[in-house]
Amino acid sequence: MVQELQIGGTDALLQIEGLTKRFGGVVASENVTLDVRAGELHAIIGPNGAGKTTLIGQLTGELRPDAGRIRFDGEDITAMPTFQRSLLGLARSFQITSLFLDVTALDNVALAVQANAGHSFHFWRDARSEAELREPARAALARVGLGQRADVMAANLSHGEHRLLEFAMALANKPRMLLLDEPMAGLGPEESARMVEMLRELKGELPVLLIEHDMEAVFALADRITVLVYGRVIASDVPAKIRANEEVRQAYLGEQEAVHG
Amino acid sequence: MPRTRVRPLAGPSTGSGGASSNPQRYGSTKRCLGLLGHPDARVTTVGGTMLLFVEQCLNGLQFGLLLFLLAAGLTLVFGIMDLVNLAHGSLYMVGAYFAATFTALTGSFIGGVLLALVATCLVGMAVEVIAMRRLYGRDHLDHVLGTFGLILFFNEAVRLIWGPAGMNLTLPSWLNTSIEILPGVPYSSYRFSIIVVALAVALFLYMLVMRTRIGMLIRAGASNREMVSALGVNIKLLYTLVFGLGAALAGLAGLMQAAILTAQIGMGENILILAFVVIIIGGIGSIRGAFVASILVGLIDTVGRAFLPDIFKLVLSQAAASTAGPAVSSMLIYLLMTIVLVVRPEGLFPVSNK
Amino acid sequence: MTSGAWFRRGWITPRNVVVAAILTFVVLLPVYTSGTGNYFLLSLFTRIVILAMAASTLNLILGYGGMVSFGHAAYVGIGGYVVGILAHEGITTGFLQWPLALIASGVFGLVVGALSLRTRGVYFIMITLAFAQMIYYVALALDRYGGDDGMTIYTRSQFAGLIDLSQKTVFYYLCVVLLLGTIYLVHRLANSRFGLVIQGSRSNDRRMRAIGFPTFRYRLTCFVIAGMLCGLSGALLATHTDFISPAMMHWTRSGDLIVMVVLGGMASVFGPLIGAVALLVLEEVLSGITEYWQIILGPLLLLVVLFARGGVDGILLHWHDHYRSASHGIGNLLARMRRG
Ligand SMILES: Nc1ncnc2c1ncn2[C@@H]1O[C@H](COP(=O)(O)OP(=O)(O)O)[C@@H](O)[C@H]1O
Ligand SMILES: [Mg+2]
Repeated sequence: MVQELQIGGTDALLQIEGLTKRFGGVVASENVTLDVRAGELHAIIGPNGAGKTTLIGQLTGELRPDAGRIRFDGEDITAMPTFQRSLLGLARSFQITSLFLDVTALDNVALAVQANAGHSFHFWRDARSEAELREPARAALARVGLGQRADVMAANLSHGEHRLLEFAMALANKPRMLLLDEPMAGLGPEESARMVEMLRELKGELPVLLIEHDMEAVFALADRITVLVYGRVIASDVPAKIRANEEVRQAYLGEQEAVHG
Repeated sequence: MPRTRVRPLAGPSTGSGGASSNPQRYGSTKRCLGLLGHPDARVTTVGGTMLLFVEQCLNGLQFGLLLFLLAAGLTLVFGIMDLVNLAHGSLYMVGAYFAATFTALTGSFIGGVLLALVATCLVGMAVEVIAMRRLYGRDHLDHVLGTFGLILFFNEAVRLIWGPAGMNLTLPSWLNTSIEILPGVPYSSYRFSIIVVALAVALFLYMLVMRTRIGMLIRAGASNREMVSALGVNIKLLYTLVFGLGAALAGLAGLMQAAILTAQIGMGENILILAFVVIIIGGIGSIRGAFVASILVGLIDTVGRAFLPDIFKLVLSQAAASTAGPAVSSMLIYLLMTIVLVVRPEGLFPVSNK
Repeated sequence: MTSGAWFRRGWITPRNVVVAAILTFVVLLPVYTSGTGNYFLLSLFTRIVILAMAASTLNLILGYGGMVSFGHAAYVGIGGYVVGILAHEGITTGFLQWPLALIASGVFGLVVGALSLRTRGVYFIMITLAFAQMIYYVALALDRYGGDDGMTIYTRSQFAGLIDLSQKTVFYYLCVVLLLGTIYLVHRLANSRFGLVIQGSRSNDRRMRAIGFPTFRYRLTCFVIAGMLCGLSGALLATHTDFISPAMMHWTRSGDLIVMVVLGGMASVFGPLIGAVALLVLEEVLSGITEYWQIILGPLLLLVVLFARGGVDGILLHWHDHYRSASHGIGNLLARMRRG
């Protein structure tokens, strides 16, 4: 059954213990235990409906777990509201893009910068002319390759650009760890390659919890992989071991490889 | 005392139904409030107080059930079509005017009432086809604005057709008496029949919601068209029928109230807000919640208005009590709403999956 | 549309022309009325200006913040009742009356906001409506202060001789100044960091929380600010009519304010002014045509919702897009002339 993994040396930045979440009869997370160490890229894979997004939701505080604990940098954040977790440095990108469509790309990212620039009870100065918000936002946009698109309304960007914008906002959020929910979903091959390249650059700089369906990318990038099926962790190990794991092959990789031919 | 004989319902024990549901914009509220606190109505003996209490509880129940009829239609329309209909109160008013007209025309109370129900239902369906249909799927602000426009229209149309003065709905003699509800406790047979009719309607709605396919959709909180059409239902027709049903319920409430007070322009507006309070307390989209909350609101409002001012007089000076008493008793149900919002922000019976 | 985008499109737009025309008219009106003695028009426009101010404060929460408050007339009433009650009790100094009107409205806003802003959508609409109705009933029950008949205010607020509110023109200009002040304030607020949080929360509250904003406290603050400023407009309205009554906070008054904001175009700084002028002038015109004018106004509102959702503002913008090239031409021409 579940192979117990030895929880965190002292260097585990994020520790998840026994997390359980039910929706009516559906158990979306069942006693999930895993950790993300400083500097590592930890991928979570699993078929649709395995509970990956639900797990991220509990990490960011949008969902309350029924049981279990979450620690970030040693602090118990299980009951902490969403915004505080974000301010601690847990930045998230959404699987289904969640942007401010009625303003420009730059405005989107500038809001993420503003969130980390102290409180926003500033009532008078025009925030769109504040260099300390706009410059870091431009830098984040440039980093994901959207520098030229800064002044375009978010609603008028392409799907791929939306994914990049999501990513730029997470980066601008002064993160200490990134939680990325399928950043490559719906991207074309070129855009995917660019995203992989960016993740590679990020590796080592920031710890990342990456949810992704693109197995090639996952096995190329991840330091460790956790496999979720029906809310349960069925394996958690280095990529080579995961690839060899019989239970994983049966539950998940088998069908994937069959699809990939 | 012709007053009590001609309109036995307008006596001192007239329920708060009048006070809170029908304050006209300029005028009659004070009269209604005054009726409640009518000095010679105060029975001072202990037995008398008990009697008054029982009677007020019944009035509260009756008013609550009336509220339920209104709230049920609102919550039905909201649950299925995701539509906020401010003009629901207009259908309440239209039902009252139709009943007054048709009973006078036909000379038969029952016949007039049935005709009025059908007519209100038809008006409701017409409104759905002409206006509401185009509002589905719009945001709530659009609903609010559009139906606000409808209220203006209905109020003015009623004024144009029936004139600015209110209309009386005259009760037949067999309803215009009192029955002995408990040994030694007489009670207006009309008010009692309201209780019976409303309970019957509640039972009907319960069967509808729990036992039929439409009910299944309601319980599922089906506000999305795909799901409904996936079940092979003619959505347009279903929506029109549901709206018509809601209209008939509102009309029924309106005409029953009209026999206690009168049919008046704008009579549906303030009671509509009370129905909102009921829905907030009960939980949006929940018929059961609407039922429980209606009765709670009806009882608390009626009993509070009847007794709170007197209780205040025991503790406060006469002047302070006569100012604070009515003010506080009119706040009671909102205080209840506040408590519910703090403790259970989704209402007493939240509809899951919403 | 934020004022930033508005600026970029160039200055000469149909909307700006309309705004400029209204402002010119509003500012110059007393010159005309004192010349002709047509005080009806001055009275009408005093009312329009005051309601435009109330609508501006609603625009802050509804237009910029997306909070569909259906109880905004309650603040008008509270502001008015504070002034009226104090005057009745012999306290006529405006230095006490007006700040208290602001504070009372703010406290009410704090309570209602704290309870309602945790909810969304229809709940929010119904809760704000219900609490406003509660205040309405409380006013009805205040027999000492006129009950449902209302009460006349015999002495207008005194400002130690600095300004005499009983002079119609003086009072009118005070209202105009306060309206413009409110509009400017809303404009600054909306484009400040605070305002961007409010607007972000309207657009996507979930994301705002995910990037680290405790949106509730910003929205609540905004709600309270709007309530306080609206309370001030209530003090003005009570002064204008020398009268308070529960009717000033009847829920249909809240509906009127929403109509003004939507007609004028949500989240545009001068929108509420356009909307207030449009609605009240329309009412005057229609009621001149028929006694049953609401039978026209009602369906008209429905038609606006169904077919012209952007309100007057939307129509003006549409018109602008149609003739964009032409107006740009004029704008460029003017710019060139200015440069020399
Ligand atoms: N808000 C919710 N209410 C009810 N069930 C939910 C909700 N969110 C997710 N689920 C269920 O939980 C399971 C896990 O969903 P999710 O976390 O989105 O999976 P994944 O991201 O791995 O595809 C699914 O069966 C889904 O239907
Ligand atoms: Mg997912």
